[in-house]
Amino acid sequence: MAPVPPTRRIRTTLIAALVLVFSSFKVSAADRFITVASTTSTRNSGLYDHILPLFTEATGVTIRVVAVGTGQAIRLAKAGDADVLFVHHRPSEEAFVRKGFGVKRYDVMYNDFVIVGPKADPAGAAKQNAAAAALTAIAKANWPFTSRGDDSGTHKKEMGLWRAAGVNTAKSAGEWYRETGSGMGATLNTASAMNAYALTDRATWLKFANKGELTIVNEGDKSLFNPYGVILVDPKKHPHTKVKNGQAFINWLISDAGQRAIAAYEINGQQAFFPNVKSAN
Amino acid sequence: MNPRADILPLVLDDVSFEINGMRLIKDLSCTFEAGPRTAIIGPNGAGKSLFLRLCHGLLTPSAGTIRWAGPDGANSVTAQAMVFQRPVMLRRSVAANVDFALKLRDHGKPDRTVIIDEVLGRCGLRRLKDNPARVLSFGEQQKLALARAWALKPQVLFLDEPTASLDPAATHAVEEIVQAIHHEGTRIIMTTHDLGQARRLADEVIFLHRGRMLEYAPTETFFTEPKNDLAQAFVKGELLWWKLGKDNRRAGGYEIDKAPRRRN
Amino acid sequence: MNDISDAFAAAFAMVAGFDKDLAEIVGLSLEVSLSAVFIATVIGLPLGAATALFRFPGRKVIIVVLNAFMGLPPVVVGLIVYLLLSRAGPFGVLGLLFTPTAMIIAQVILVTPIIASLTRQVMEDLWREYEEQMRSLGAGPVRSLTALLWDGRFSLFTAILAGFGRASAEVGAVMIVGGNIDHATRVMTTAIALEVSRGDLALALGLGLILLVLSTCVNGAAFLIRDAAQKRHA
Repeated sequence: MAPVPPTRRIRTTLIAALVLVFSSFKVSAADRFITVASTTSTRNSGLYDHILPLFTEATGVTIRVVAVGTGQAIRLAKAGDADVLFVHHRPSEEAFVRKGFGVKRYDVMYNDFVIVGPKADPAGAAKQNAAAAALTAIAKANWPFTSRGDDSGTHKKEMGLWRAAGVNTAKSAGEWYRETGSGMGATLNTASAMNAYALTDRATWLKFANKGELTIVNEGDKSLFNPYGVILVDPKKHPHTKVKNGQAFINWLISDAGQRAIAAYEINGQQAFFPNVKSAN
Repeated sequence: MNPRADILPLVLDDVSFEINGMRLIKDLSCTFEAGPRTAIIGPNGAGKSLFLRLCHGLLTPSAGTIRWAGPDGANSVTAQAMVFQRPVMLRRSVAANVDFALKLRDHGKPDRTVIIDEVLGRCGLRRLKDNPARVLSFGEQQKLALARAWALKPQVLFLDEPTASLDPAATHAVEEIVQAIHHEGTRIIMTTHDLGQARRLADEVIFLHRGRMLEYAPTETFFTEPKNDLAQAFVKGELLWWKLGKDNRRAGGYEIDKAPRRRN
Repeated sequence: MNDISDAFAAAFAMVAGFDKDLAEIVGLSLEVSLSAVFIATVIGLPLGAATALFRFPGRKVIIVVLNAFMGLPPVVVGLIVYLLLSRAGPFGVLGLLFTPTAMIIAQVILVTPIIASLTRQVMEDLWREYEEQMRSLGAGPVRSLTALLWDGRFSLFTAILAGFGRASAEVGAVMIVGGNIDHATRVMTTAIALEVSRGDLALALGLGLILLVLSTCVNGAAFLIRDAAQKRHA
C-alpha cells in the first residue's frame, strides 16, 4: 500500500466539504424581516425596488416580497405564510378581512388597467370609449386575446369586464381567446409574439421591455380603475404573524413619507402608481 | 477466534445441489485431509466449479452436509481463500488489492505493509505495486489474485481453472506460485481441464462427470490405470458425451442416470 | 436575432461590472444546489448501493419509487414541500418556508432519486463482478458496500454530476418554496424567470449564459479531478 491511504485522503476531503457546506448556511434568524405576499404587477413594475429600501432605511426592518398572482397571494396569507397582504382586487380583499384572516384593509394607491393590442388595431378597440365595448369589438373581430387565466387580480378584473361586455369567453377558449395560465409578463410575452390584445396594469406595461408591435389601444375608462389595498394578517388566526413590524410597514405605506415615495416612482418619466390614502375608509 | 485452529479435514456427506429442479451435483461424499494437493477434473458441465463453490461456502447444498473441523464454524471462513477463473480485480492499485483482503482479516497497518511487500515480491509483482490492477495483463492479474489469496495465509486454497486462458509462460508462473503456496503448508484444491497440469501439480485426482464423483485416486494411479471407463476415455482425450450410451450405464460402481439427450 | 447579441452584451456587462446583486444570486445558487447535491449524495449513495447489494423487504418498492421520482416535475416537488412547510402544514412551526433551507429540502427530494437510481445501476454491475470475491474474502455487508462505493467512485461521480445538473437547472421547485425573494431566496433560475416576466429577454438570456458558464465550470472542474484521479487509480 502506498504510504498515504487514499481512503484517508478522501475522508479528509469529505470532512472539509461538510464543514464548508454547513458553514455556508447563513444564520438569518436574527435578521428583522417581514414577509409580504404581493402581486407580480407591483414587483415587475419595479415599485418595490424603489420604495422598500426607503422603509428599511427608516426602520431597520427588511421586507421579503413573495410576488405571485393576487389569488395565490391571498391563499399564502390565509395559510399564514405571510405577515402582510398587498394586492389589487378589492372584493377579495374585503372578503379576506370579513372572514377573519385580515385585521383591516387600507387603501394605499391605485393605477389603472389598460388594454394593449396591435398598433394597427384590427378590431377597432381604440374607437370605443368604454373598456367593455372595446372587448366586445375584439370578440366580434375574433382577433387573438391573451388572458392571464390564473386567478390573479388582473384576471379577475378581466373576467368582470367580459361579463360587462356580455361575452362568454369560455366558448372561445383555445380559438381567439387564449388563456396562458401564467403571470402578467408571460402573458404579455405571448401577446407580443401573437400580436394579440391583452389586459394589463399600466405599471407592468410601462416597465415591460418586449412590447414588439403592441401599444395601448384603450385606457381611461372608470371601469379600468385599479386600487391596491394592504392588510395585516390577523394574529388571532396566525399567532406567529409579525404584528409590530407588519403594522409598521402598513403605517409607513399610508404615511406621508410612504405616499410620497410611491408618487415619486416613475417609469420612463411617467408616474406608475398614485397614492390615495385620503380616500381611506 | 484463532485462525490457526485446524479447519481440516473437510467432510462432504451425501451432498447434492440443484437449481430449478436440475440436479447438478449428485450425492457426493468425500473427505479432504490436510496435506496433499487435489485436482478436480472432468468435462465441461461436470460440476467442477460448483463443487469448489460448495466446498468454499459460496453455495449452499440442497441436500447433505459440508463440515469443516475445528471448534468454531467461523474459523473456516477466515482460513480459506479462493482464486477464480476470471480474476476479480478491485479498481485499485495492485498493493491496495492485497491490502483490502488483509484489512478484512484485521491486520494492523505495519503488518500489512510487510505482508504485501512479501507476497508481491514472491509473485513477481513488486515493481507493479502502484499500478492500477485492472490494466495488468491477464496473467499478471491472475498472479495478483494468487498473491492476494496467499497474503491471507489460508489453510485451504481453492483454485478454479487458474490457468484457463493463460499462455504457457504465464501458466508456468502461476503453477510455480501454487507450488510455493503449497510448500508453506496450504491445502490446494483446484479444478483444471489441463490433464498435464493435474499431473504436474496434484497428488490426487477427483474425476467428476455430470455432477457425480466417478473416481477419486492418487494421481499416479488415476493416469495409469483409471478404474472408471469414462475416466479412461477422458484421460485418452475422447469426447465423453459421445461415449455415453446403454453400454456405459454402469461405470466404476456409480450409476449413470441417463444418456444425454442434448449436448451442453 | 438582436436579443441574442444583446444577451451576450448583457452577460458580459454583468460579469465585467462584477454586479454585487449578481454575485449574491450566483452565490446563493451554488450554495443551494451544492448543499442539496451534497445531502442527496450522502443519502443516495448508500441507498442506491443497498438496493443493489441486498434483498430486503420493501426493496422493490424503493426501486420503483426512486425510478418514478427521477422524472418528477420540480413544480410538483415544490408544491409538496410548500404544503409541508406552510404555516398551515405539518412542519409550519419551523418557519422554513421562503428560506434557502426550504429550497435545499426541495432540491434534495429532486436530486436524491437521480443519484440513488444511477448509483444502483452502477453498483449492480459492479456487484455482479465482485460478489463472489467479496464473499470469498469474508467481507460483510458494510465492508462490501463501502468497497463498492469506493471502486465505483468514477461512475458515481457522473451520477452526482447528473444530480447537480438537475438541481442547478430547475426553477419550478425553488420558485414555489423560495418565493424568489430579492436578497433572500433569489437564485439564477428564478432571476431568469423574473426577467422573462418583465419582458427583458436579453437580460434573462444573459443570466442564462452566466448560468451555463457556471455549470460548465463546475462540470469541467469535476471532469478534470475525475480524470486526474482515474489516471492514478483506474
